[in-house]
Amino acid sequence: MSAVLEVSEIKKNFGGISAVDGVSFDVREGEILGLIGPNGCGKSTLFNCILGQLTPSGGEVKLDGKVVTGLRPAELNKLGVSRTFQLLQVFPKLSVRENLILAGQEHQGSMASRLVGRSDAGLTEAANQMIGFFKLDHLADEPAGGLSYGQQKLLDAAMAFMGGPRLVLLDEPAGGVNPSMLTDLKERLVAINREKNATFVVIEHNMEFVMSLCSRVMVMAEGKVLAMGRPDEVRKNPAVIEAYLGH
Amino acid sequence: MSSFGKPLKIALGLAIIAGLIVIPMNFNRYGLFILSQWAVMSIAAMGLNLTLGYAGQVSLAQGAFVGIGAYAAAIMTTHGWPLPAAILVAILLSFAVGWVLGYPALRVQHHYLAFVTLAFSTLAFLVFRNESWLTGGIYGISNIPRPHIFGLATNKPLPFYYVCLGSLAIVSLAVWWLIRSPWGRAFMALRENPLRAQSLGIDTRRYTLMAFAIGSALGGIAGALYAPLTQYIDPVPFNLSLSLDLLMMVIVGGAGFYFGPFLGAMIAVLLPEWLRFTEGYYLMLYAVAVMLLLIWSPTGILGILDRYLAERRTKAASALRAVAKSRLETVQ
Repeated sequence: MSAVLEVSEIKKNFGGISAVDGVSFDVREGEILGLIGPNGCGKSTLFNCILGQLTPSGGEVKLDGKVVTGLRPAELNKLGVSRTFQLLQVFPKLSVRENLILAGQEHQGSMASRLVGRSDAGLTEAANQMIGFFKLDHLADEPAGGLSYGQQKLLDAAMAFMGGPRLVLLDEPAGGVNPSMLTDLKERLVAINREKNATFVVIEHNMEFVMSLCSRVMVMAEGKVLAMGRPDEVRKNPAVIEAYLGH
Repeated sequence: MSSFGKPLKIALGLAIIAGLIVIPMNFNRYGLFILSQWAVMSIAAMGLNLTLGYAGQVSLAQGAFVGIGAYAAAIMTTHGWPLPAAILVAILLSFAVGWVLGYPALRVQHHYLAFVTLAFSTLAFLVFRNESWLTGGIYGISNIPRPHIFGLATNKPLPFYYVCLGSLAIVSLAVWWLIRSPWGRAFMALRENPLRAQSLGIDTRRYTLMAFAIGSALGGIAGALYAPLTQYIDPVPFNLSLSLDLLMMVIVGGAGFYFGPFLGAMIAVLLPEWLRFTEGYYLMLYAVAVMLLLIWSPTGILGILDRYLAERRTKAASALRAVAKSRLETVQ
């Protein structure tokens, strides 16, 4: 299996504090990599460095073997890298369907064609499919801001998949989602991973969710990689138990 | 808006358009002037509504773009150019200047951006006033001709009112198309969540600049009609207070609502005229009316309608749920 994402020696300093301190790892095509670690260990900062929302202080990010360090988030997204956010990030006044159309519209045609072409950019059908897939049918025409927290989380995830991404970075997708919806979310993620051959990196605190979803897990502590391996290996690792899982 | 039937909405729209064409035929010179001014200000306010209401970029410079359009039209038409050519130049010029003014918006937002645009507004006013070789300085430009459209003279107030109304119609259609297009959706994404927009591949830089440039270009069109409407321009009407007036039109009508600028311009242009009978008090009454409105509904007039329709939807939905529940209980 080839690596979709290669991260080498990424560093990010804020003043004198190094939030991410030389992190390197590969993400193989089609895998679901979990990323865990205590709060403030640099997981989200690492995501933001990979995604171009922050400029890393050092190191390199490669996508399919090509260096993409320093590209803007919109450019990376067009190369097939998508994300969800830890905090809710939907467009509250647009309907669920409009949110999804918006999430896909920049992935086709030119800027000019989007001005003169169809108002839905030909995406109504794709948006409806995604709505059905995430079981949001009854909410399709509701403003996204009126949805419950868990439903907005589902929408946020659905939006990340509209452009048909190769690599999706999910920042705490399970946070605040109730158990039955969580099972749903996991099923959806697994299905997309298999059917669309999309590769995932998932930050999550819900251990059960991570351990059952991911093929490999990377543990971070204080800006560094503490351990990397299969879920059962990581769970038994003494350093991980000490730093994060507890006894 | 689902509670209005679609045919009803179309009928209402056609009635208003017919009214705007037929009723003013009996108006006197002054009435037609005011109504033409409404049409022109609606165009300028629509531009600001695009920049501010849809794309969420604060601007206190829309009045300056009306000025740029007005001077472009005044200078060109007094030198023998036809008005359509002048409008085209006004569009290109204010589009280009608006694009450049958009760059600060890539770095600063909200009230900081308001100050940057305010400074630009002052700068434009100083150019209108001091560069007298071009603008006539404080003496302004007089004898601005009105155009011949398809060989018909529009010197008289009624034909020129139709020029303004027709321009408003064309601009309205263009803006309707724009906000329904993916561009309109991207503009709203800038307003609601630029961070998320970026991560979805939306080039926020380019759309921000476009929002400024297109909004400013509409200001330029309004100015290019304002010059032949008044047939005389000097720098005073294009100072900061016009920008503030236009901002008020957008906010009072309802920022981010398609019909907001039409209503806002109506209130800003017509209400002072209707309140004239109160003589010295009219400005005070006008100010109080605007304040009360914004206390009652910070989202403007269309915000009231929107809230009312949302409440009705919620009530209808909970009524449906109640019916469903009682049916369930009967079954059990």
